Amino acid sequence: MSTLHTVNKSPFERDSLSSCIRLAVKGSAILLIEDGVFGAMAGTDHSDMVQAAMKDASVYVLGPDLAARGMSEDRVIDGIQIIDYSGFVNLTAECNNVQSWL
Amino acid sequence: MATKKFMFLNRKAPYGTVYALESLEVVLIGAAFEQDVSLAFIGDGVYQIAKNQNTDGIGMKNFSPTYKALGDYEVTKLYVEKESLEARGLTLDDLMDLTWEDEDDDYAEKPSIRLVSAAELAAVFDEQDVVLSF
Repeated sequence: MSTLHTVNKSPFERDSLSSCIRLAVKGSAILLIEDGVFGAMAGTDHSDMVQAAMKDASVYVLGPDLAARGMSEDRVIDGIQIIDYSGFVNLTAECNNVQSWL
Repeated sequence: MATKKFMFLNRKAPYGTVYALESLEVVLIGAAFEQDVSLAFIGDGVYQIAKNQNTDGIGMKNFSPTYKALGDYEVTKLYVEKESLEARGLTLDDLMDLTWEDEDDDYAEKPSIRLVSAAELAAVFDEQDVVLSF
């Protein structure tokens, strides 16, 4: 896989996620962590942007960060893969590069 | 000591930054000095009082149960902006059940959360002596 992009800021507070989506090449992986997990939820003002991005990128979300914030896995956008820390490690190993959108 | 109206404005999600926890600590201090304390949750601040927070997986303390104790400190006015909830696809059902006991009404349990529009919240801000932003 090409690049793993990690986003740890809420899409409501920063433009990290929209910048990442705009600049990630086709075939990228995008992993939402920490406050970035709010970008994975269905039915928000940003859901459409994320769903559109999923045509070109694989989107993942870190389950423990969802649970900490009380966000139900059932309400994550369909097609986003929920992974744990070992999944995070695997993604990092599979990708050539990691880009952190702080 | 004169009582002042203190409003704590919460705009950040919990855990990603320390603002939410710091705000909660100052709220408890304000309440201990018997001030008229209100809280407002707008923007990502509404996530602070989301139900079912479980921090076992991230190695941080889950401080959300502390919000349930606010009623015992006579902090009974928690304003939540409706527009902020809606933008996040959330409803009152997604928030913790926060209540207080009214000793003047046979200790009846009453809801602490008040769902308000931006215009209503603006009027509440206008009544305050001090607004502290977190």
